[in-house]
Amino acid sequence: MQPRKIIRNREIVSDTFTYVTDASQLPASGDIIVDLPVWKEHKTALLNHNGKIGVQLPGDAEPEEIAEDLPKLAVVAIHFSVFRDGRGYSLARILRQRFGFDGELRATGDVLRDQLFYLQRCGFDAFDTRPDRCIQEALKGLSDFTVTYQADANEKRPIYQRRPT
Amino acid sequence: MYIYTEYDQKLLNERVAQFRSQTERFLKGDLTSEEFLPLRLQNGLYVQRHAPMLRIAVPYGMLDSAKLRVLGEIARDFDKGYAHFSTRQNVQFNWPELAQVPDILAKLATVQMHGIQTSGNCIRNTTTDQFAGVARDEIEDPRPWCEIIRQWSTFHPEFAFLPRKFKIAVNAAADDRAAIKFHDIGVQIVKNAQGETGFSIWVGGGLGRTPIVAEEITGFLPPRYLLSYLEAIVRVYNRYGRRDNKYKARIKILVKALGIDAFREKVEAEWQHMKDTEMDLPEAEISRMKGFFREPAYAQLQDNPPVFADARKSSPGFDNWVRRNCTAHKKPGYMAVTLSLKATAVAPGDVSTDDLFAIADLADRFSFGEVRSTHNQNVVMADVRQDQLFDLWQQLKALGFATANIGYLTDITCCPGGDFCSLANAKSIPIAEQIQRRFDDLDYLYDLGEIELNISGCMNACGHHHIGTIGILGVDKKGEEFYQISLGGNSGTNAKIGQIVGPSFGEADVADVIAKIIDVYVEKRIEGEDFQSTFERVGLAPFKEKVYAAA
Ligand code: SF4
Repeated sequence: MQPRKIIRNREIVSDTFTYVTDASQLPASGDIIVDLPVWKEHKTALLNHNGKIGVQLPGDAEPEEIAEDLPKLAVVAIHFSVFRDGRGYSLARILRQRFGFDGELRATGDVLRDQLFYLQRCGFDAFDTRPDRCIQEALKGLSDFTVTYQADANEKRPIYQRRPT
Repeated sequence: MYIYTEYDQKLLNERVAQFRSQTERFLKGDLTSEEFLPLRLQNGLYVQRHAPMLRIAVPYGMLDSAKLRVLGEIARDFDKGYAHFSTRQNVQFNWPELAQVPDILAKLATVQMHGIQTSGNCIRNTTTDQFAGVARDEIEDPRPWCEIIRQWSTFHPEFAFLPRKFKIAVNAAADDRAAIKFHDIGVQIVKNAQGETGFSIWVGGGLGRTPIVAEEITGFLPPRYLLSYLEAIVRVYNRYGRRDNKYKARIKILVKALGIDAFREKVEAEWQHMKDTEMDLPEAEISRMKGFFREPAYAQLQDNPPVFADARKSSPGFDNWVRRNCTAHKKPGYMAVTLSLKATAVAPGDVSTDDLFAIADLADRFSFGEVRSTHNQNVVMADVRQDQLFDLWQQLKALGFATANIGYLTDITCCPGGDFCSLANAKSIPIAEQIQRRFDDLDYLYDLGEIELNISGCMNACGHHHIGTIGILGVDKKGEEFYQISLGGNSGTNAKIGQIVGPSFGEADVADVIAKIIDVYVEKRIEGEDFQSTFERVGLAPFKEKVYAAA
């Protein structure tokens, strides 16, 4: 099987992580992203896992559920069950800006080209785009705009703090 | 008026390119209808009964003659020769071709216009008082604040996929002419005891299926915090607003479910992380924005110059129009003129290409090249010299925009309804016409005093029927069009939702029923009392009795 491709730091790369939604499917080694309930239940064991660890959150998760664990995680994935559900955007900003998460923040699920620009501004730096869509095409979505008005996860200053005086 | 910087223009041009690509991908089949839907909606493009409808943003109602001319050209080249002013100060085209929309948007961008966020589940066009900047009762001009909100809300990365649409209105006068208590967020400019200017913020108002009057979330917010506070509110809504049922997804439902106190607590908790950061508005930015709304080059004049006073004496028609359609101005020698787009038998808010050009020319000649759209679907020229009013009146009369009915029963606010809108239960435009024909005696209208009559073709309430003194709502009864009537609504400072009179009426009977309602008012009123006061004093019962009495 071809390794799955994702966008990370504006490049298309092969993904080394495996998603694990059920504890019975935990592999002995290798990089994994586990669903939040699996993480909560097997945290101690997972901390000794041979490989990098990530946790996947639903858009409606409370950031406090994972806040303390953030330094231990290589990846936080936020899952979009449908692209129209905007909760993951707020959650991402809170994890990045309030809790200072500086690992990989990955959007998973119904992730499409036309959402990527906004997602990136909310702090996502990795995108597991929908497999039935062309990932090269999706990558272009990160460059739709060169100008923005608001502060965001990457630019602390809104436009009015950036204007030359 | 705000003038785009290079930066603003670049953003807009990039948006046009983005939408062109999205449309091409949709037409090629690379985007499904479902995926294209929110993308086109956030550019104002609906698919409705006969053809797509394109909604163009008119930020807080401000237009200039260059923009009007381009709207006229688009109406001519891409539509059937007319544009429609909506109840949210925007402009709509009812007949564009999907494939041509990118070209329309490119043309609009040349005059700093667009359809950005005029639809979809995002922050919509911010609205305000049509007399902003010229009203005598205003604390300060609300438009710089509207522009600050416009920039903040434009492509806000976190809020493109809210549970539902989100509308903000700003009012700066003693009188609420922006209906702020019926918006998701209402911003009222206030002064505190120390004489400092700030904002009282209202949340959770709205019309639609569940009309609710907004509640106050903070009584005095210092100006530098405006955006951080708004961001905190919208973030709480984005995270906790319901997404399982679109009829329960507006912020009003969340505020009601939590209660205003618990809602405020959540907002304040978010806000603690946002205030006193780079989000604070610096003085320099506030004054930069104010700089765009400086007074035009007014002449030093006296009120009531002799030519004006003489014309009023010699022409009763002119005098009457001045009394009905002109509004006092903060500068001596000037008035604000409302053009009535409510001549009988013209769909409320519709303006033809030629008329858009003509209004543009008149604006250049009489009102510093600017006009405003109003939420009652009229157009205002805000800065006309009194000594030129007679001249303007004659021109407007020739164009059919001088019907002296502003604020009266036939100045009907009316959504496009069943003639255009695919969501409609019933037609609304023919009902407006039926009522206008019935009440064609102007003297009688004036005797009735101010009555706001609002018509919506369905529960979505685009015609704001809940807040009309008289509200009419189209309902569907086994496939037939019926109309429910409510009384006593008020969009102003004394905000109230109208009370439903009772079972609905058939299409043919609406004007008769309105006539009976008016008769009850005339019979019950005491000297000097307007409809609203009479209604509040006598209640619904006498009206009910009369309209349902056996013939
Ligand atoms: S109120 Fe209903 S019928 Fe009228 S424009 Fe809105 S959605 Fe359409």
